[in-house]
Amino acid sequence: MSFSIGPTSSGSGPRTLLEDFGSVGEQNGEVYNPRVVRRMLAYLAPYRWRMVAALLLTLVEAGLTLLTPYLIKVAIDQYIIPANRQGLARIALTLTISFILLFAASSFQRYIVSWVGQNVLTTLRADLFTKLQYLQQAYHDRHIVGVTVSRVINDVAEINELLSQGIITLLGDLVVLIGIIIVMLSMSPRLALLTFTVLPIMLAATWLFSRQARKAFRKTRSSVAAVVGDLAMDINGIRAIQAFTREKASQERFEQVNLKNRDAYINAMNLSFIFLPGIEFLGMLATVIVLWFGGHYVMGSAVTLGVMVAFLSYVNRFFQPIQELSRIYTTFQSAMAGGEQVVELLDTPLEIIEKPGAPELLPQNGEIRVTGVSFRYNPDSAEVLHDIHMVIPAGKTAALVGPTGAGKTTIANLIARFYDTTAGSITIDGVDIRDVTIHSLRRQVCVISQDPFLFSRSIAENIRFGNPAATDEAVMQAARQANAHDFIDRLPDGYNTRVLEGGVNLSQGQRQLLSIARALLTNPAVLILDEATANIDSVTEALLQDAIARMLKGRTAMVIAHRLSTVRNADLVFVIAEGKIVEQGTHNSLLKMNGLYRQLYERQFMDEPGT
Amino acid sequence: MNQQKNLTPNVPLPMPSAPLFQVLRRAYGYLRPYWKKTAGAYIALFAVLGFNTLIPQFIRWIIDNGIAGKQMSVLTWSVLALLAMTIIKGALNYFVGLLSETASQNVAFDLRNDIQRKLTQLSFSFHDQSETGELLSRAVQDVERVRFLTGRATLRIAEGVLLLLITSIVLLVMDFKLGLLTLLTMPALVYQAMRFGSRFRPLSLQVQKQLAALTTAVEQNLRGSRVVKAFAQEKAEIERFGITNNIWLQLSNQAARMQAFNVPMLFLIANLGMAIIIFYGGSQYMEGIISMGTIVAFVSYVGNLIEPVRRLGMIIPAIAIAGAASERIFDVLDFSSQVRDEPGAKAIKKVNGRVRFEHVSFHYGRNQILKDVSFDVQPGQVVALLGLTGSGKSSIVNLIPRFYDPSAGRILVDEMDIRAMTLKSLRRQIGIVLQETTLFAATIRENIAFGNEKATDEEVIAAASAAQAHEFIMQTPQGYQTRIGERGVTLSGGQKQRIAIARAILMNPRILILDDATASVDTATEQLIHQALTRLIQGRTTFVIAHRLSTVRHADLILVLEGGTIAARGTHEELLRSSSTYRAIYNQQLKKQEETG
Repeated sequence: MSFSIGPTSSGSGPRTLLEDFGSVGEQNGEVYNPRVVRRMLAYLAPYRWRMVAALLLTLVEAGLTLLTPYLIKVAIDQYIIPANRQGLARIALTLTISFILLFAASSFQRYIVSWVGQNVLTTLRADLFTKLQYLQQAYHDRHIVGVTVSRVINDVAEINELLSQGIITLLGDLVVLIGIIIVMLSMSPRLALLTFTVLPIMLAATWLFSRQARKAFRKTRSSVAAVVGDLAMDINGIRAIQAFTREKASQERFEQVNLKNRDAYINAMNLSFIFLPGIEFLGMLATVIVLWFGGHYVMGSAVTLGVMVAFLSYVNRFFQPIQELSRIYTTFQSAMAGGEQVVELLDTPLEIIEKPGAPELLPQNGEIRVTGVSFRYNPDSAEVLHDIHMVIPAGKTAALVGPTGAGKTTIANLIARFYDTTAGSITIDGVDIRDVTIHSLRRQVCVISQDPFLFSRSIAENIRFGNPAATDEAVMQAARQANAHDFIDRLPDGYNTRVLEGGVNLSQGQRQLLSIARALLTNPAVLILDEATANIDSVTEALLQDAIARMLKGRTAMVIAHRLSTVRNADLVFVIAEGKIVEQGTHNSLLKMNGLYRQLYERQFMDEPGT
Repeated sequence: MNQQKNLTPNVPLPMPSAPLFQVLRRAYGYLRPYWKKTAGAYIALFAVLGFNTLIPQFIRWIIDNGIAGKQMSVLTWSVLALLAMTIIKGALNYFVGLLSETASQNVAFDLRNDIQRKLTQLSFSFHDQSETGELLSRAVQDVERVRFLTGRATLRIAEGVLLLLITSIVLLVMDFKLGLLTLLTMPALVYQAMRFGSRFRPLSLQVQKQLAALTTAVEQNLRGSRVVKAFAQEKAEIERFGITNNIWLQLSNQAARMQAFNVPMLFLIANLGMAIIIFYGGSQYMEGIISMGTIVAFVSYVGNLIEPVRRLGMIIPAIAIAGAASERIFDVLDFSSQVRDEPGAKAIKKVNGRVRFEHVSFHYGRNQILKDVSFDVQPGQVVALLGLTGSGKSSIVNLIPRFYDPSAGRILVDEMDIRAMTLKSLRRQIGIVLQETTLFAATIRENIAFGNEKATDEEVIAAASAAQAHEFIMQTPQGYQTRIGERGVTLSGGQKQRIAIARAILMNPRILILDDATASVDTATEQLIHQALTRLIQGRTTFVIAHRLSTVRHADLILVLEGGTIAARGTHEELLRSSSTYRAIYNQQLKKQEETG
C-alpha cells in the first residue's frame, strides 16, 4: 500500500485552505453584468415614484444652488448700486426663502433616498434569508456558514450604496451634464467640440481601469468573506483551540487571512487613487485646450473674452459631474462584485422541488415503502445506496443495523426528502413523497438526530419549535412525556431558561430529551430516529429509553440502531452493508439465518458492555 | 424580541457611558504605529490644498496676461505649466489617498487581530454566554466604521477645518465688522453640529446592535438548517427573521430621518450668512462705508464656507457611528478574562501528574456547582467520576486545565498551584478526549497534528494507527490529505472520536481527561475506540467521566458526586462495602449493563 501524507509547510495548521473560502462564484464576472443590474433594479421598481420624486428634488436642489449667484448679481446690479433699500430687503428675503426651500428639498431628497435604500436592503435580506430556508440540505453541507452570513449582511450593504445614493447621483449628474453640453454647443460649437476631444481618452481610461478594478474589487468581497468565515470557525472551535493551546497558531492563521483582506482593499483602492487624479488631469487638459485655442481665437477676435471666461467656468462645471461619476464608478464596481454574489445565491437552483399544485400529505397510518431506491450525492460521485427495497408497515418499528458508512443515515435522509433519490421511489401510505408538499411531508415525518441542534432561545421556544402555536400546557405535557419536565423545572428560570449557543448549558442527555419533547409536540405519524448512546449518564439514559419507547408507540418508526435492546424490540430488522440490504427479518429469525447479522451480533452485541 | 441581547446577559456591559472623546482618542491611538504614513498623507493634503488655491489664480493670471495681453508665448508656456501643476497635484492626491488608506486599513487589520486574539484568550465562561454572530458583527462591520473614521473621514475634517480657518482669517482681515457678522453663524453651526452628533450617537449604537442581532439570526439559522427543515419551520423562521429585519429597518429609517433633517440644516445656517452679507453689506455700501469689491469678495469667500460645512454634515454621522462602533469593539477588547496568566506565572516543564484539589468550590452564574471538593491523585492513577447530570463531574475536569477558575480553594499539579503556571504550559500537559470533538475545516493530518504541529508524518501515522483510525483514513479519497469539517468530507461520530484520540496520543500529555462513552457508533467501532482508549490511558494520570462498569472497576479511585460534593470515594470493592450511595448506583445503573449486555 503506498500513500504519502505530503509535506506540510511550517506554520500551516488547520485552515491552510482558507484562500478558497470566497472563491465560490469568482468565475465569469464582468464589468457590467446586465443580469445583476436587472435583478437589482427590479428591487427598486416598487419605489419608482419615490425615486422620481427624489430625482426631481435633486434637480430643484441643483436649480436653487445655481439661482444663488444670479440673485446676488441682481442684488448688486439692481438694488445695491442704485441704493434701493426696499429692493435690497426684498432680495435678501427672496434669498432667505430660496435657502429655506433648498433646505426642504435636500432634506426630503436625502430622506427619500435613504428610506428607499434601507427598504431595498431589508427586502433583499429577507429574500436571501427565505431562499436559504428552502435551499436543499446539500447546499448547506457545502457552504461555510460564516461566508454565507457575509453574503446576507455585508454584500447586500455594498449594493445598497449604489442602488440608493448612486442612482440618484448618476441621473442628476447626467441631466446636469446634458444641460451643460447644450449650453456649450450653443455658445461656441468650435470650442465645445475641442473640449469634447478629451472624452474618448476618458472613456478609454475608464475602460482600462474597470478591467483591473473588477478583479480587485471582487477580491475584496471574497477576502472579507474569508475573514468572517475564519473568525466564525475560531469562535465555534474555541474550546478545542484552548484545550490544545493552539491560540498562537490560530492567531497566525487569522492574521494571514486578515492580511490578505487588508491588501486586497489597499490594492483595489490604489487603483481608484490612480484613476481619480487621472480623470482630474484630463479635465485640466480640457481647460488647457480651451485656454490655448480660445486664447488664439480671442487674439484673432473669433470669440469674445467674455465667452471664453464663461466657457472656462462651464468646462469646470462639465467635469465636476464627470468626476463625481467616476467616483460612483468605484462604488459601482464594488456593488457589482457584491451583487454577483447575492444574485448567485438568489438564483441557486432548488434541487428539492415541489410539483406544482402538489397536495398535502394528510396524517394517516404511516406505512413506508421504499422501492428500488439508489442514491448518489453528486452525479460524478459513487453510489451510496443501490436498489433498496423496504416495507415498514404502519405503526411498526424497523431497526437499521450495519457498519459505519453502510448508508443507514442516507436512507433516513431520503425519507424526509432532505435529498431526492437518484432512482426508485419512496411512498408513505401509498403516496409518493415527491407528489406532496414538502411542508406537509415533514410535518408527518420527524427526524431526530444523534446530536440535536438547539437554538439559543428559551427552552420553551425550543420545544415549541415545530409547533409554534402550542399552548404552555401542551409544551409542558410534551416535556413530561419526554421525561424532560423534571430537569427543566429544576433550572433557575424553568422553561424560560435560555439555551446558550451550542447548548453548552445542558448535558447531551438533556439536549436529547428536549429534542424528543420537540418531536412529540408535532405529533408526527412517522419517526426517524438516529439512536444516540453518547455521553449520557445512566439515569438520564434510562429516562431517554423510557421516553423513546413512549414516543415510538403507535407510530411508524425507523431507528438507526446501536443498542441490542432496540434491535430486539424492533418489529423488523434491516441489515445494511455497502449500500445494500443484505438481510432482513426479526432479531430471532435473523440469528437463525447464520448470516451477516449473526456475525455482527456475535462480534458486537454479545460482549457489548453498554446498556 | 429576545434576539436583541447583550454580549453577556449575566454580566451587563457598560453601555454608551464612556465619553465620546475618550473612545475616539483610543480609536485614533491605533493610528500611532502608522504616524509616518498619516503625517505624509496630511502633508500631501496641505500641498494639494495649496495647489487648489493656486490654480484658479494662475488661470486668472493667464487670461489677464496671456490672452488679454495678447502674448502668445506667455500663453503657451503658462498653459504647459498649468498641466505640469495638475500632474504634480494628481501625484500628491495619489499619495494622500494611498497613504491614508494604507494607514486606515492597517488600523482595521490591527483591530481585527486584537479582537481575534482576545477572543482566543477569553475563558469558556465568556464564550458560553456570547453569540458568534454578535462577535462577527463587531469584528467586521464595527471595525469597518472605525477604519473609515481614521482614514478618509478625518482627512476630510482636516481639509474642512483648514479651509474654514483660512476663510475666516481672510474675512476678518478684509473687513473686521462684516467679517465678524458673517462668522456670527459659526456658534450656531457648532451648536447645531454638536446637538446633532450627541443625539445621533445613541441611535447609531442601536442600529449597529440591531445589525449584530441580524447577523446572529442568520448565523444561528444556518447552523440549525437541518432542524428547520426537519420540522418544516421555514415560514416561522422567515417571520422571525422578518421581525429582527424590520426593527433594523425602523431604526435605520429613524437615523435617516435625523440625518436628512440635520445635515441640510447646517447648510441653511451657513447660507443665512450669505443673506446677512447681502443685506448688511449692501446697506453699508449705500452709506459709503465699504466698497463694492469688498462685497463681491465676501460673497465669493462665503461660498468657500459651504464646502467645510458640507464635510461637517458628512463627518458628524461618521464620527457618531464610529464612536458607537469603537465602544462595541473596546467592550470586547476590555472584557477581562478571570482566567489569565498571573503575574510571575511560570512555564512548567514535564510534570509527573499528581493532581490535588484543596477545598475547591465553583460557582457558575447564580448556581453553586461544586462545594468544598478535596481529593489527591497520584501520578498514573485512573480516577473515575461518577454521578448524575449536573452533579459536577464536568466542572471538575474543566477546572484542571483552567477553562474556568474555582471561586474558592485551589488546585495543585505536582504540588504547585495551577494558577502559578502559565496557561499554555499547563494545558500542554493535559490531553482531552471528549465526545463532542471539534474538527476544523482542514485536512485529517492537520486535525490530528492540532496539538503538535511539528509532528512528522511517521508520528502522525503512528498516532492514527494507535487510535485505530489509520484504516478508515486510508479509505477516504485523499487519505491524510482529505479535507474534513465544514465543506469537507463528513466523518461519523466514531471516526471523529478516533481522530480526537489520535490527537491526544500525538500530544503525549501527562494528564488525561476523557469520557468513556462512545458516540453513536456500531459496536465494532465501539470496540476499536475502547481499545484505543485503553492504550491511551496507560501510564497517565487520567480522569474519566465514567459510564462503564469496566472503567469503574479498574479505576484506582472512584469519586461519587452528588449535588456538587463528593458523596463517597474509594475503589470499587471498598465502595461496595462502605457506601450505600455507590451500591445504589451500582445496582441501578452499572449492574444493569452486565445483564443487558
